[in-house]
Amino acid sequence: MQTISITQLNEYIRSKMDADPVLTQVAVRGEISNYKLYPSGHHYFTLKDEGGALKCVMFKGNALRLRFKPENGMKVIAMGNVTVFPRDGAYQLYCKAMTVDGIGDLHAAFEQLKKKLSAMGLFDPAHKKPIHKYPQIIGIVTSEAGAAVHDMLRILNKRYPMCRVFLLPVRVQGAEAPQEIAGAIRYANLHKLADLLIVGRGGGSIEDLWAFNDEQVAYAVYESEIPIISAVGHEPDVTICDYVADLRAATPSNGAELAVPDRDNLLQMLDSMHSAMTGALSRQVKSAKQHLAVLSSSPALQSPQGYLHQRKKNLELMKTRLLSSGNRIFQNKQRRYVELTAKLDAMSPLKVLTRGYAMVQTEKGEVLKSIQQVKAGDTVGVSLSDGTFNARILEAKENRHE
Amino acid sequence: MSKNKMTFEESMERLEQIVRSMERGEVALEESLKLFQEGTELVKNCSKLLEEAQLQIQKVSVGADGNPVMEEFADDSL
Repeated sequence: MQTISITQLNEYIRSKMDADPVLTQVAVRGEISNYKLYPSGHHYFTLKDEGGALKCVMFKGNALRLRFKPENGMKVIAMGNVTVFPRDGAYQLYCKAMTVDGIGDLHAAFEQLKKKLSAMGLFDPAHKKPIHKYPQIIGIVTSEAGAAVHDMLRILNKRYPMCRVFLLPVRVQGAEAPQEIAGAIRYANLHKLADLLIVGRGGGSIEDLWAFNDEQVAYAVYESEIPIISAVGHEPDVTICDYVADLRAATPSNGAELAVPDRDNLLQMLDSMHSAMTGALSRQVKSAKQHLAVLSSSPALQSPQGYLHQRKKNLELMKTRLLSSGNRIFQNKQRRYVELTAKLDAMSPLKVLTRGYAMVQTEKGEVLKSIQQVKAGDTVGVSLSDGTFNARILEAKENRHE
Repeated sequence: MSKNKMTFEESMERLEQIVRSMERGEVALEESLKLFQEGTELVKNCSKLLEEAQLQIQKVSVGADGNPVMEEFADDSL
């Protein structure tokens, strides 16, 4: 028996495995676990089934071509070659390609992106902008080659020919499509080219529509300040772009229908507005006529002479009342005046003197009211009603009171 | 207000406004007559626009300076 080194043994096993037609090209079905993405860009994971496990590695170059993001628990089919990793003495699958088992990669990728963008709030109804009722400039982001653009233009022309259309031609499938679609949306915003954008394409396979499930397209739609109608594929096709857009149309034709009002409806509306105006005006004229009839049946207009006569009579009556009440007031005042003068006259000192009384004043002119004011020998002035004289007091005597 | 410069949207909004105030009957008869005249004119203009307008289509490309360049786009199927 020969003794060899571990390195030699591992190398020997590797050469055996590398020469094996099954191991050099194998597709393995299993569930991902221990999934790790290293900063180097290499992916490491384990594939399991009920009976066992297989270590796997997927190098950066191959991983970049993945159309979905591998996750733990995901059922996949991994393709590659199985060989020994000499350092660990363990075999592993060098995975070159991987697809989702069952539903398909694109569906898986779609669900993943949908979940991610939904969590980021890109589908939030609160973010959705209202679509102008009467857009003036509509930007169409689509291929200028397909039937979709003609469908849209035909419908816009039929429904609402007052608008201008700016066509922003892009590729709608292939590797460059997402970048071109996102770029056209951003360009339209940058130059404020339109007040409404329709972004879409006609129907096709899920692969054909794939550009509209692109993350960059989703961000461009989300960030657009111009409202966007997403019009991709046929009725049952729903894309990420549909979720992010302000309005989802089932088809490109439907997108054009949703974008503008319909000419026939508008003409009908104009007719009904005209008849509403006519109706309102004739109602107003009718009520004005009625009002006029009421007015013209009034006495003032029916018999102006009689009306004036009545007014004149009223006026006369008022005048009489005014005068009589004026007289009454005057008479009252006059009576009061006579009473007051009579009173005043009765109280006049001159009046008293005519009745035989005299007024006695001291030399200083003070009117005597008390005996205290004089004594014997004083000279006083005495006034009568028709003259005065001076007198000397012989005796002054105060009345005795009991 | 120069009615010729009004956009279709502005014309429609003005019309709706006229119909509303006329239907509420809150304006004097003389004013109503003026509104009716203006409204009838607007209905005529809008209908004419709707019946005669032709969709204008232009293709946008990015010019050398980065600014948009418009060229007529003829769609024979219209």
